[in-house]
Amino acid sequence: MNPSSLIESVKDHFPEGVLAFHAYRGDATVVLRRSALLEVARFLKQDPALQMNFLMDLTAVDYSTFGKRPARAFFSSSGVAVRPFAQIPDEAPWPGPPPGSRFAVVYHFFSTAHKHRLRLVVPVEEAHAEVDSLTDLWLGANWLEREVWDMFGINFKGHPDLKRILMYEEFEGHPLRKDYPVDKRQPLIGPVN
Amino acid sequence: MTSGASFLTSRLDAALGWARKYSIFQYPFVTACCGMEYMATACSHYDVDRFGAGFPRFSPRQADVLFVVGTISHKMAPILTRIHEQMAEPKWVVSFGVCTSTGGFYNNYATVMGIDTIMPVDVYIPGCPPRPEMVLDGLMKLQDKIQAQHTTGLRATPEPRPTDVGRETGLVQLELKA
Amino acid sequence: MEQTETTSTLETITSSVDDSTGGETRDMILNIGPAHPAMHGIVRIVVRLDGEQVKEVETEIGYLHRGFEKMAETVDYNGVIPYTDRLNYVSPLINNMGYCMTVEKLLELSVPERCHYIRVILSEISRISDHLTCVGATAMELGAFTVFLYMIKAREYLWELVEKVTGARLTVTYCRVGGVKADLPEDFAEACHKAFEETRTVLSESDKLLTRNRIFVDRMAGTGVISSDDAVAYGITGPFLRATGAEYDVRKDCPYSVYDRLPFDVPVGSRGDNMDRYLVRMEEMEQSMRIVEAALRDMPRGPVLVDPGSGRPIPAAQMVDLAKVGNIGAIAGGSAVVGPTLEGSGHAEHPSIAVDDKRVFLPPKEDTYGNIEGLMQQFKLVMFGHGVRVPQGEVYFPVEGANGELGFYLVSDGGGGPYRVRVRPPCFAIMSALSQLLTGDMVADIVPTFGSVNMIGGELDR
Repeated sequence: MNPSSLIESVKDHFPEGVLAFHAYRGDATVVLRRSALLEVARFLKQDPALQMNFLMDLTAVDYSTFGKRPARAFFSSSGVAVRPFAQIPDEAPWPGPPPGSRFAVVYHFFSTAHKHRLRLVVPVEEAHAEVDSLTDLWLGANWLEREVWDMFGINFKGHPDLKRILMYEEFEGHPLRKDYPVDKRQPLIGPVN
Repeated sequence: MTSGASFLTSRLDAALGWARKYSIFQYPFVTACCGMEYMATACSHYDVDRFGAGFPRFSPRQADVLFVVGTISHKMAPILTRIHEQMAEPKWVVSFGVCTSTGGFYNNYATVMGIDTIMPVDVYIPGCPPRPEMVLDGLMKLQDKIQAQHTTGLRATPEPRPTDVGRETGLVQLELKA
Repeated sequence: MEQTETTSTLETITSSVDDSTGGETRDMILNIGPAHPAMHGIVRIVVRLDGEQVKEVETEIGYLHRGFEKMAETVDYNGVIPYTDRLNYVSPLINNMGYCMTVEKLLELSVPERCHYIRVILSEISRISDHLTCVGATAMELGAFTVFLYMIKAREYLWELVEKVTGARLTVTYCRVGGVKADLPEDFAEACHKAFEETRTVLSESDKLLTRNRIFVDRMAGTGVISSDDAVAYGITGPFLRATGAEYDVRKDCPYSVYDRLPFDVPVGSRGDNMDRYLVRMEEMEQSMRIVEAALRDMPRGPVLVDPGSGRPIPAAQMVDLAKVGNIGAIAGGSAVVGPTLEGSGHAEHPSIAVDDKRVFLPPKEDTYGNIEGLMQQFKLVMFGHGVRVPQGEVYFPVEGANGELGFYLVSDGGGGPYRVRVRPPCFAIMSALSQLLTGDMVADIVPTFGSVNMIGGELDR
């Protein structure tokens, strides 16, 4: 199925769950309400026209500094204007990050039978950073969700064993959040350098 | 050995040094990409066996040179120090690659910025990853060090890093007196 | 073969029954720790054993987490490429290509055809060296040390080939956004054929040593079995999945670059055990060589190199000095004589290795030194704070890595560097299935199964 019919199919079955959709650069993307995630995922897996048997990837994005990152300029203190956010004009521009929420959990699905892909984006606010877990539907979601918990701090309801996977247990904080400094080390042994 | 050593004991030390340097039992603590160049050095093309260092001993109790190959993350650091402590003297440490020497370009929350912050290092082999020829050069320098350690009896301590100088010797603040 | 347990912490589950009455057996918890020769450095497997049988497995990873995704947010688009080299460090060119094609998808750029062929050729060479390392290491861990030495010898020939083209053996940083760093050297085709001859000899020798070897077959056949439904549920792709019978290869099913024009087959197994994975990898190496040979035949001809005598070679430093004082007439029509690092990226080769877009790719050195537009283009791409400008957007692009589908998910906010780069690591999915693969088998089967997983720490932990 081509991207637009994929999106139509999801929209027809879940009209109130879908917040937005687009096919930027040919990638069918549907922005979903958090409450609709589990049913949509089940539909994607079981519907014969879609048959998304692969959960390819599960990740998250922290949109808190989107478009607001300070310019990396050598002479920023001397006032030489370096304007890094010049837009290259685009015919069908990307709609932008989901408004109002800090995080978005991004799922990529693939079907080996029909060879089509779909991306689901679930906006998640910081205050209530929780989504449903997909471990019942795809076994691979287990470790992927643990990684998102480790790196972003987003909780997955229904996950059998949500603990850190890449960092050590004594680590405090969630490294891939934009407010975690890149070189803030928390060594177990040795000096903090 | 002090200058009170006799001719026989200094000859013995030199012989011990010679024997130790040509029969290195290495513990290759391989983590990352440098491991591929380590494998290339150890295999037929560049052949580290002709230096006597060809037989890796995968137990710290049986090894005398700890080759730390590849990036050490903070999660791995306690395990590395445990292995180092389990080795018996005399032991030497070779820091293979820039990630172990200084942290490489991974200046982030996860990486130890050089293993000399957690253990004494004898030879640093820079490179990302170092060519096998560089590794062999480092190995030969280590052999010189092993020989020297036995003839002089002194083990050279690693040089303090620039950031450590101030802390240790208190030279950070210059007091300008009128 | 030794089964050493360094730093092992043996804990026994104490039973309340006095075992002098001869009844109770206890399970043993064995820690195959991160510092272990067969764990490829950095994975911790805690197994609960009943005698020799594995009852329960817990895998702990993350010992090589180097913060790739966080570092990628601190550099510009071309600056991420060295970090991608170190992801799957046995096949770095595939990672480079994957990342560059992701950014090019976001920019809607299409590179010249010859550049596509160059990338495909080097990716396949990388794939062969990855499979050589994997099969060699597995064989070594099973005691076949000779096979390891033979395969590393073949890998050395391939790395010499890669060094001829890119300048480095392992961490190449060869692809750029919008092209590659330099064109193939003149004698590449012959060198490639010679290297492949050696590789084929090695493969046939290893095949004779292993494939019908009673010990090898007994240890590999029937161990580490996984069904194709379970493999799909875990998200496993690549040779691991194809050995179970499911036919999914990104190069065939979602073709990218010029793979749809090149003739190759995809080997598919049936039983999903270690032996099938070994056979699939051996056959894939042969198919990769077939792809490279077809690509070398079909690729569009490279630049017609100007005879240095007639093209007025001018040493690069001299060209810069003349241009600085404005003496453009003296350097017009000349070709810069540059050092070996810049060989293959000159004016003549530029149309075949780079996209024709000023916003994205560096100009050839003759233009950088010779005219103000080239200098400006170089400045705008290289100076700190400037760089490739990418529109706001998000994109996912999968390539076939040596372990499976290697996907890059990129989010851009229009700034000088990526906002979020996510690598979908193929061996992450396989490692998450490790507990299922090992449960039920014996302790000694952990080694060949783990070897056939081809866990590459740089990719698993990033």
